[in-house]
Amino acid sequence: MTGYSDATIWLIILTVALGTYGLRWSFLGVFGSRPMPLWAQRLLRYTAVGVLPAIVAPLVVWPAATQGQPDPARMIAAVVAVAVGVATRNVLAAILGGMATLYTALYLMT
Amino acid sequence: MSAPADLAAPSGLTPEQSRALRRSPTQCLRHGFVQALPFILVLLPFGMLFGVVATDAGLDLPQILGFTVLVLAGASQFTAVQLLTDHAPALVVIVSAIAVNLRMAMYSASLVPWLGGARPRDRAWIAYTLIDQSYALAIQHYEKHPRLNLAQRIGYFLGAVLATCPFWLLATLLGVWLGKAIPEDWALDFAMPITFLALIAPMLRSPAHVAAALVAVVGSLVFAFLPSGLGLFVAAPLAMLTGAGVEVLMERRNGARL
Repeated sequence: MTGYSDATIWLIILTVALGTYGLRWSFLGVFGSRPMPLWAQRLLRYTAVGVLPAIVAPLVVWPAATQGQPDPARMIAAVVAVAVGVATRNVLAAILGGMATLYTALYLMT
Repeated sequence: MSAPADLAAPSGLTPEQSRALRRSPTQCLRHGFVQALPFILVLLPFGMLFGVVATDAGLDLPQILGFTVLVLAGASQFTAVQLLTDHAPALVVIVSAIAVNLRMAMYSASLVPWLGGARPRDRAWIAYTLIDQSYALAIQHYEKHPRLNLAQRIGYFLGAVLATCPFWLLATLLGVWLGKAIPEDWALDFAMPITFLALIAPMLRSPAHVAAALVAVVGSLVFAFLPSGLGLFVAAPLAMLTGAGVEVLMERRNGARL
């Protein structure tokens, strides 16, 4: 069906699984409680705010659900989620605010 | 200074922080579990879609479960199945699917200061269950409550994992069995961006964090033309350098003022 033998597919699955586990384990496994150099600690403090917005921004501007067409409802919802999150420091409130805005905007705009 | 000892917020802790510090590891687990529940909205449609796409690609149930249980990384699983559908050489499938997960090494490094002291056994399962959602939730919790002890941090992480990883498996199975994803007009595609934004927003507590996030956004949009998510690997390091750079500048300025 796939044009690959079962053995090849399992080889792919196992190699990707091992490689991915290696990436996840890498620093956590090797460094353990040994202190990281100061410059590395300084950089790593910004991992979350450096990676997660970079994952999300293209999805907000060019949503797959609209075939990459910018969608005002989704952009407004994203802005509201950030604004509620900054104002309340409450993750759940930000999620609820964002989703409620999304459904309201989609309902009003269609 | 002369604050009475029985005040609710000793040594500058907010009431929420003191509450978090008093939780037992089991209570931390429950707390992490509850806070991770909204992610089911993200994982359910995404996982079901994987079940559908993988079935369409001609994979059998053990193989689909092999991906979901052993790889346990949505974007990477989709990449692999997409390339299998395109009849790419096995090596290309492997390299691309692993490359999508390079960010996991950055997550791993950034958790070292918080979880590095855990036993090797604990670090082993934490690595296995290190997904975008468990990472994002845990790191914002640790930064918000820096004085949690190791057992509390591990408990919270386990709670977040228990509310997310099993649902990834369940969602994949639902996709395989029901053969259709959740209707598009539920707009659940956008649950992922919303939940991630909701996690990031409270982390924007210094000019350095704000600057890093802005560079991440602009960088990821500017480099979006790069193939297979490579833009992330330009944007994220730039953002982290920006954050660290602004931090150094601000320290110098504060130092000069003293």
